[in-house]
Amino acid sequence: MVAARYKTAFQLYPYAKVTAQSAAPVRHPVVIVGGGPVGLALALDLGSKGTPALVLDDHDGAGLGSKAICFAKRTLDIAHRLGAGQAMVDKGVVWNVGKVFHADQKLFDFNLQPEPGHRNPAFINLQQPYFEKYLVDGITRAQARGAPIEVRGRNYVTAIARHDTHTTLSVNTPDGPYQIEAEYLIACDGARSTLRDMMGLSFDGRVFEDNFLIADVKMKADFPTERWFWFEPPFENSGQSALLHKQPDDIWRIDFQLGWDIDRARELDPARIRARVDAMLSSQAGHVPEYELEWTSIYTFQCRRMQKFRHGNVIFAGDSAHQVSPFGARGANSGVQDAENLAWKLDLVLKGMADQSLLDTYAVEREHAADENILNSSRATDFMTPKTDISKIFRNAVLELANTHAFARPLVNSGRLSVPCNYAGFALFGDDALNGPGDTCPGMTCPDAPVGDGFLLDLLGGTFSVLALGCEAEDVQAHGLTAKAVRIDAIGDALGARYLGDAAQAVYLIRPDQHIVARWPAFDASAVARALQTAIGKA
Amino acid sequence: MLTLTPNLPDPDGFYEELIRAHEGLSKEQSDAFNARLILTLCNHIGERAVLSAALEAAK
Repeated sequence: MVAARYKTAFQLYPYAKVTAQSAAPVRHPVVIVGGGPVGLALALDLGSKGTPALVLDDHDGAGLGSKAICFAKRTLDIAHRLGAGQAMVDKGVVWNVGKVFHADQKLFDFNLQPEPGHRNPAFINLQQPYFEKYLVDGITRAQARGAPIEVRGRNYVTAIARHDTHTTLSVNTPDGPYQIEAEYLIACDGARSTLRDMMGLSFDGRVFEDNFLIADVKMKADFPTERWFWFEPPFENSGQSALLHKQPDDIWRIDFQLGWDIDRARELDPARIRARVDAMLSSQAGHVPEYELEWTSIYTFQCRRMQKFRHGNVIFAGDSAHQVSPFGARGANSGVQDAENLAWKLDLVLKGMADQSLLDTYAVEREHAADENILNSSRATDFMTPKTDISKIFRNAVLELANTHAFARPLVNSGRLSVPCNYAGFALFGDDALNGPGDTCPGMTCPDAPVGDGFLLDLLGGTFSVLALGCEAEDVQAHGLTAKAVRIDAIGDALGARYLGDAAQAVYLIRPDQHIVARWPAFDASAVARALQTAIGKA
Repeated sequence: MLTLTPNLPDPDGFYEELIRAHEGLSKEQSDAFNARLILTLCNHIGERAVLSAALEAAK
């Protein structure tokens, strides 16, 4: 039998016996362990490219409870490319405005998407089980089109044996054990990764000495759809900081920062939680609205990562490889970017169009991204939970000054929200021969912009593209790989501002994960071909 | 003129460095460090009127 480690919100991939369970081990090009946001996105991306992907999950659906809630624009752009984004935006709560308070003073508010011309909003709030459901729906649609994706629920990996060319997995199921072989084994099995433990790999970093009480509350309230964050909240017994944020289905996320030395059992007493929530809500609404506690938990946060994300033909992605505190929404969002980075590289390697060493660039680029996320998340956590008297003095000085003086507001840190990583300077990137805008330098992700009735990112899709703005270009080939020409002559204001600046025309080479490889003032087939070789590690 | 609008590149990086400079210092040592830091910055600014305005802004 396979024991349940947690309750599921809903079933997504019920267990079904497959013939492989009573036959000799079958070799799969890619086996993904873990059917969370990262594993599902990776499977959908690989399968959409025609590379077979098998997902094993020890449960049969999305885990219940409060996990990721905040999905960033880049994640939604990726999900849209995979055919799952619209359902997320339709269900999600779109928000752009945040307000930061110190006690009962509002310090400032911020708008995350001040400029128009993007398909997706800066952020949506959506409970993780829905995010997973929409990815599974996307997988079901892709399967109907013939995409070679399979998800096996209640398939629990009990042991692995590593070989030069593959890994053998021992898998337990409700019908007993069987074995599978994986050419590439991708560990998307979360922060408590059993694969990482089986391989004896360390996961080092920093524990923040603080406890956060998370309460998801169901209520009808007409608070605006904004992120409200308090330092030293004015309501009774609310701890050092508090957060109020709306999710779909009339659920509100409330966080209280309780400190380090607490009695967890006592703090989880529903009556005590309700007293805290009552005080917060009545201070905002003038009375205590009717509500139910949907989910409560106490968390301690950690920032840590594996030293190396690739170990031969075993590769780690998402929380199994790196873990951050939640301030900044950098966990699930960075994991989905891991998946996107890995998908096209694994696809090219398995199709024989790139060498295995391309997979090392996944590790290098995403280790860098993890460091950036850990740095931002650690700084936010340090600001919110000052560890020494002097750091608290400075923190409160910043908050007091920010009330009156604009200069102190950039120092106020209640979380720096997830933005895609810039890979400038890494090996797979090429020339910046265009004197162009700073937001589209080689290494960065493509910002979206309206084109005709649609959006730029849809025209790029998930292949290498040669984007020609206001000039000619042709498809470019290298090592059997084609970068398809995408020519746009009707250049709107947003597209021009983001990709041309003062230039009259431009050519960009763009990767399948929509990071910019190189850019030029005109099309030169040999320069683009060289950059394409660089981009797949064959230069 | 005293600048009271944002003027600091990399505010998060600067803040981290500032807090780190105090690591391991006692209360007295931190106070003394702050005094030295203020005096050093005042000399760099070098404009009496600006310093008077800053003393007022920090009240």
